[in-house]
Amino acid sequence: MSSVRVLVGTRKGAFILTADGTRTSWDIQGPFFGGWELYHLKGSPVDPNRIYASQGTGWFGQLVQRSDDGGKTWAAVDNTFAYEGVPGTHQWYDGTPHPWEFKRVWHLEPSLTDPDVVYAGVEDAALFRTIDGGKSWHEMPGLRRHGSGSQWAPGAGGMCLHTIILDPADAKRMFVAISAAGTFRTDDGGETWKATNRGLRSNHIPDADAEVGHCVHHVAQHRARPNVLFMQKHWDVMRSDDAGDNWVEISGNLPTDFGFPIDIHAHEPDTIYVVPIKSDSEHYPPDGQLRVFRSRTGGNEWEPLTRGLPQKDCYVNVLRDAMAVDTLDSCGIYFGTTGGQVYASADAGDTWTAIARDLPPVLSVEVQTLTD
Amino acid sequence: MEIRVVLPQHLRTLAQVGSEVTLSVEAPATVRAVLDALEAGYPVLRGTIREHGTLKRRPFLRFFACEEDFSLGPTDTVLPARVLSGDEPFYIVGAIAGG
Repeated sequence: MSSVRVLVGTRKGAFILTADGTRTSWDIQGPFFGGWELYHLKGSPVDPNRIYASQGTGWFGQLVQRSDDGGKTWAAVDNTFAYEGVPGTHQWYDGTPHPWEFKRVWHLEPSLTDPDVVYAGVEDAALFRTIDGGKSWHEMPGLRRHGSGSQWAPGAGGMCLHTIILDPADAKRMFVAISAAGTFRTDDGGETWKATNRGLRSNHIPDADAEVGHCVHHVAQHRARPNVLFMQKHWDVMRSDDAGDNWVEISGNLPTDFGFPIDIHAHEPDTIYVVPIKSDSEHYPPDGQLRVFRSRTGGNEWEPLTRGLPQKDCYVNVLRDAMAVDTLDSCGIYFGTTGGQVYASADAGDTWTAIARDLPPVLSVEVQTLTD
Repeated sequence: MEIRVVLPQHLRTLAQVGSEVTLSVEAPATVRAVLDALEAGYPVLRGTIREHGTLKRRPFLRFFACEEDFSLGPTDTVLPARVLSGDEPFYIVGAIAGG
């Protein structure tokens, strides 16, 4: 019998929601680390009971927690994130040079093959890795030393490395996304990186062909088709069919192409989901209607999914890491809102139910599909 | 000597201690010596009060003892006699947040 475990990071702690494979009745455990910001939690694909969590506050800085029993108990691991060498400067909001300074861990991505190996995307943007289950973290400096590093600039949320994709078909290939620098790919295990932003267009950049400076919000890849990537950019929903070398816009008939998360159906690589948000200055759904949009054609043709979602007076946001899917036969889709709701659909988005309604603002949602 | 240290709530939870901890500190019992002993006794607190590497006080924290502010002075300042005797604690205080 399969079951589902949903890991929810919020502004005031972590919550773990569990249900059996029917996904009709949910148990909510938490808050874990009450009062702390939990930017992200994620479990190891090879040992689902091994879960890593990014914990922090502006007062006390960054911590990383690890559970070996599916989230029942936790222990703090190393929280030293030191840049390699002299970190130099990136661009500040006003275009002046600004020193690289560690602020927080936005995203933790456990290895596809080894539960002791985890990648951490941090602000100011850099990629770190542990190979000993969190006892120590070391920067993979090749990314930050990409020749464009001095041109990277923070978005409104900070200069964060928020997306890490480990290629299931090529152990040496990895993708990351940085706001506001763009996407980067390594084909040699992180030694060298290539900016992969051709085709992105950003109104805030005078040079239409700029290699970096794009405010990428999130990127998704389907395991069965690793060369195809889908991106929710600040504005525009994009697709690449060549591992990021070239991007084309697939916003099509979306009511607005601004948004944060994007994800892919577990069994249909051309079925993708976004949550359109009104604009970059009005971070809520258009017309007060919370709608997930689904494309079954890999983009351009989108349908609104509304059954079970509030269709009036709704002004929440859905953040970039706050959408995930399970891998049950009837694919489940999950997302959390800044209003503290976690919505789930057990039928690929056709109908939705709030499985948690009054949590603190949700920062991240990850899903584990468990088999006995 | 035994130094009493009062921690803010979040750090008590993190270190799994009560409102106060008692630390053995070699003389001279300076601000830095107390913080070193605290982090040695409770490694989970490393990086939460002082930044890794630079050991700079995190900006939203202050250090108080005997109605004096020890946040901004040199960290090799010796603490007051009543802290050294255990009559008064050394306070680590988080900035209040309203709203």
